[in-house]
Amino acid sequence: MALKIVKGSIDRMFDKNLQDLVRGIRNHKEDEAKYISTCIDEIKQELKQDNIAVKANAVCKLTYLQMLGYDVSWAAFNIVEVMSSSKFTYKRIGYLAASQCFHESTDVIMLTTNQIRKDLSSPNQYDTGVALTGLSCFVTPDLARDLANDIMTLMSHTKPYIRKKAVLIMYKVFLKYPESLRPAFPRLKEKLEDPDPGVQSAAVNVICELARRNPKNYLSLAPLFFKLMTSSTNNWVLIKIIKLFGALTPLEPRLGKKLIEPLTNLIHRKIHIFSSHKMLCSQSHLIVSLSRIAVLISLSSGMPNHSASIQVMKYLGLLAMSKILKTHPKSVQSHKDLILQCLDDKDESIRLRALDLLYGMVSKKNLMEIVKKLMLHVDKAEGTTYRDELLTKIIDICSQSNYQYITNFEWYISILVELTRLEGTRHGHLIASQMLDVAIRVRAIRVFAVAQMATLLDNAHLLTGNMQRMGICEVLYAAAWICGEFSEHLENPMQTLEAMLRPKVATLPGHIQAVYVQNAAKLFATVLKNQEGNTDSTAAQETSQLMIDRLPLFVQSANLEVQERASCILQLVKYIQKLQQKDVEVAEEVCALFAGELNPVAPKAQKKVPVPEGLDLDAWINEPPSESESEDEQPKAIFAKEEPKHSRPRHTEVDEKELARRREARKQEQANNPFYIKASPSSQKAYQEAPGVEHIPVVQIDLSVPLKVPGLPMSDQYVKLEEERRQKERADKKKKEKKKRKEKRSGRGRKHDSGPESEEDITPAHMVDIVTEEMPEVHRSCLNITMNLKGNARTNMISAKGAVSSYVVSGGIFLPVKSSKHKKKKQKKEKEEKEKKKKKKHHHHHHHSDGGGEESVQNGTVEEEEPLPVSVYDIQGNLQDGSQVVVSVIFENKCDSFLKSMEFNVLDSLNSKLQRPEGSGPHDGLTVPFQLPPGVSNEARFVFTVQSIVMPQKLKGTLTFIVKNEDSSTHEKLDFKLHFTCTSYLITTPCYSDAFAKLLESGDLKCSSVRLEGVIMPFHHLLARICFHHHFSVVERIDSCASMYSRSIQGHHVCLLVKTSGQTVSIDAKCDEPTLLGNVLDEIKQTFSQC
Amino acid sequence: VMENNIHQTCDMTMQFMLLFSRQGKLRLQKWYVPLSDKERKKISRDLVQTILARKPKMCSFLEWRDLKIVYKRYASLYFCCAVEDQDNELITLEIIHRYVELLDKYFGSVCELDIIFNFEKAYFILDEFLLGGEAQETSKKNVLKAIEQADLLQEVRLTHWKGLLFPSHI
Repeated sequence: MALKIVKGSIDRMFDKNLQDLVRGIRNHKEDEAKYISTCIDEIKQELKQDNIAVKANAVCKLTYLQMLGYDVSWAAFNIVEVMSSSKFTYKRIGYLAASQCFHESTDVIMLTTNQIRKDLSSPNQYDTGVALTGLSCFVTPDLARDLANDIMTLMSHTKPYIRKKAVLIMYKVFLKYPESLRPAFPRLKEKLEDPDPGVQSAAVNVICELARRNPKNYLSLAPLFFKLMTSSTNNWVLIKIIKLFGALTPLEPRLGKKLIEPLTNLIHRKIHIFSSHKMLCSQSHLIVSLSRIAVLISLSSGMPNHSASIQVMKYLGLLAMSKILKTHPKSVQSHKDLILQCLDDKDESIRLRALDLLYGMVSKKNLMEIVKKLMLHVDKAEGTTYRDELLTKIIDICSQSNYQYITNFEWYISILVELTRLEGTRHGHLIASQMLDVAIRVRAIRVFAVAQMATLLDNAHLLTGNMQRMGICEVLYAAAWICGEFSEHLENPMQTLEAMLRPKVATLPGHIQAVYVQNAAKLFATVLKNQEGNTDSTAAQETSQLMIDRLPLFVQSANLEVQERASCILQLVKYIQKLQQKDVEVAEEVCALFAGELNPVAPKAQKKVPVPEGLDLDAWINEPPSESESEDEQPKAIFAKEEPKHSRPRHTEVDEKELARRREARKQEQANNPFYIKASPSSQKAYQEAPGVEHIPVVQIDLSVPLKVPGLPMSDQYVKLEEERRQKERADKKKKEKKKRKEKRSGRGRKHDSGPESEEDITPAHMVDIVTEEMPEVHRSCLNITMNLKGNARTNMISAKGAVSSYVVSGGIFLPVKSSKHKKKKQKKEKEEKEKKKKKKHHHHHHHSDGGGEESVQNGTVEEEEPLPVSVYDIQGNLQDGSQVVVSVIFENKCDSFLKSMEFNVLDSLNSKLQRPEGSGPHDGLTVPFQLPPGVSNEARFVFTVQSIVMPQKLKGTLTFIVKNEDSSTHEKLDFKLHFTCTSYLITTPCYSDAFAKLLESGDLKCSSVRLEGVIMPFHHLLARICFHHHFSVVERIDSCASMYSRSIQGHHVCLLVKTSGQTVSIDAKCDEPTLLGNVLDEIKQTFSQC
Repeated sequence: VMENNIHQTCDMTMQFMLLFSRQGKLRLQKWYVPLSDKERKKISRDLVQTILARKPKMCSFLEWRDLKIVYKRYASLYFCCAVEDQDNELITLEIIHRYVELLDKYFGSVCELDIIFNFEKAYFILDEFLLGGEAQETSKKNVLKAIEQADLLQEVRLTHWKGLLFPSHI
């Protein structure tokens, strides 16, 4: 009975072979995943059987499932089992499965070495063949090393079937285990003359590929290949040999000459014209004939039939031309029209090829024409990808080799302006950088550029009209800067100033707003200067009033940079207004703020600055503090008990990696800075790829009517103008030459007075400042330069260690996620100590699971050795809103993995709630708006609404995030607690002693007091501590007695009277809210109990 | 990173070959470069989408990342190969065609279902034709002979599958 059941089940399993599986999958279209999961369960059962046939069947099915995208790596060992079967039937399936499923990281491969060796030496050639085929797919360096000898022996096998496989696989072995090349090479060379054509062709293949990697070593084989080429009739072999010669000819020019004849023969025999299209650059004969072929091919595109193959030919023709272009530009340039035609092709592959060709074909003469054509295509193009490609190509073509081919920069500026009308482009950055570059470097163009940019600013609504055009609003960055910097050229600066201060500007990205604000100030200076010249002083005052009216909009900006600049400038203008009211002339001085010429700086300019005599850059300015002393000899600063500041005694040992990273960062910075001349197109690319651009969602909108910015000139007119200019120039030149000839008749006459104009004859209308290595003469205030460092205020805050640690202390709170190994912080409260212990477990887990460190936030204790996560946060009340508290959290990633998709969530209490965006539920987490590469830290702010502030509170929270390694990613969680102390609701508010006295007399305040024992610190330290940690300010101090004041965000007054005698400190306090007062006093007590 | 991988690890002519249906279903894949499953999946997904979006009369070549993609459609199946930039497109087309001819000879006017249900055979044929991304045998006759010989070695049970399966063509 039992036997029957077993037998029956075996039969059933046996029944479901690969075909059944395939059919089953096709019959379960709706619930494919479910069906397959049951199949996989069955397969797992089958794999447990001892019967090899059942196993092989299972492995065969797995191979199919693997192709469908299911993970079968768990069955790797079973695959090896099937591979080792003695029966060819199963072996074949096993090897197939292995070749499909194994890769270098599959660890069971190690187990296969002996099996493969056995199969290689099998008497059955098909066993050997299967093993070789499989090996070619999953060979690892280890396998290559262990089996190199066996395979080498097989190269001389009696059967050509094995020989050719062995020869081919040798190439893979060489790649994985290069040492095998030397001993194997003689035999490989022998195979070039193998009687079997298959083996011969395999040897040619391998040597050809080897030679492409290192042609020099294979020059000696040239005669042999030459013989093969003339004698062989196998096209496949011929093609390979020609490819090989393509690699060899650059090293041996004589070879090229020798090849002309056999190659042209080949071409005439029409053996695959294509075979030679990419070789022998030095052979002009061939090139000409090839280019003819290419042209013929492209010409024939008019034929309606079999257009697919025609498309193939067209593509190849263009490809051939691009090869020829490199050496024989003339012969390609004559086909310009043809190539331009190809831009109309509906096939993108062909259009892109044609675009590539254009880049190399431009000259001073035809640039305008080509770009004009391209602009037409830009208008017509469907699909943003191709349009963006066109845009970058236009800019590439124009800006190549330092604007070599541009003769009229007014034309170029208008092209750039026209490009801004493109909908949905991602390349606003690129256009902006070109505008800046041209305006800064081409002096003569500034008047024109400024006028254009002013119009752009005036019509900014067209650019920012809807969100999809966000990519292009980068242009406004350039426009605003150019208008501000070169404001003296503006025709109507007042109008531009107004345009820059429109409320709509506040919707632009922060970094652009920042430029707006800064340049509004420059414009303001210019306007003042103009207006003060007039007798009417009210105009100037009105301008100041305009600034004062509009700037507060920016002062409120959420962007730090904008806020900082705006408030700075606002104060400045207010001061100016005061002076104006006293009839003081200020324009001169205001202008002085922005005076000075900006000169372009070459990226390497710093190197040219000589180090002043007697300055040793490597010497210490101060002696580095010795590590051993730091424990007991802490500097007796005001906050003496803080953690010692991080010193960097090993600064000379910055490793290579760090250097490279810094260099990269500097490059990035330079690329973003218009005052650096971009060294090469590559750096421009870097600019393009600056973070942020890619993330701007680009949605194509369909506008049939192009958006024309009114009042902007069309670039077309320049083509005409340029023609006229050149004609005039030519005429002038002729005149001059005639004169000259008259003067010196005896002199040799010039050849080309009436001939076609050559490249050199076209003189540019504007000159570019080409600064490559020279030193700048003046470099103006860094105000403008920092402008481009977006959000630098914030980065500074974090990079400066001191600032960070003070942040911590001002919060007075630490996130309790530190292991006990670290020195206990004296400032920490006992409660937190408890939490710490709770956390430890969790912590350990992390530490082991991924090498310590996922999410962490720096807290000033930089001497920690382990990259354990530590958080720093600071809670600050919002003055404007008595119910809001802003929590700034610095996240630092101390591990080696990339952290992303961070979600910050807090379990709300009745009293305190995390502010979430509208529409999200009360338990949703907030996405942290950045990702953290290894070693990077960043700050995020979260707003909480708090109802009552009289009690301290702790909120539990979780941070979830994804730890992404090179090959895997895991989802991690970090629990934390946010401690809202009552202190954090207090805001340092200065108070005068008379107001303070009134407050105390008013009698509304409740009293409370506290005594601190054993406080051994100078009285002023004590006061400073209270001020610093608890946001108080000293009202008055008389000897050992001081009065202090603070205010809560909800307007509670807190007054302290602090007295000290000996080691006892007594604090008498008054506040209109007794609970709050009690808690604040508790907190103060705690601060000192930790001393 | 992925592009780099492809280039560091392999210089051979062909990087991979994919067969997929008009509906975008993968029918066969052969990788001559060692890539992780994840990368393979991503590449084939991207590529299938790109190629299916192209119109029938467009040329067979495509520049994709750093590679050149050569593809051709036979009935409902797309055959697609990735080669290096310097490689010859037409010879790649020729390889594709040669493989189709081989399948045709072996199965007898091959159709998509032949490849679905005998996918291991399709692999065996490919493996006799290409090795490590290089054409190992240019003679069709030799390839088919090798396959026949190997099939003969296989057990009867497996060989008569074919007979059982194809009367209906499902």
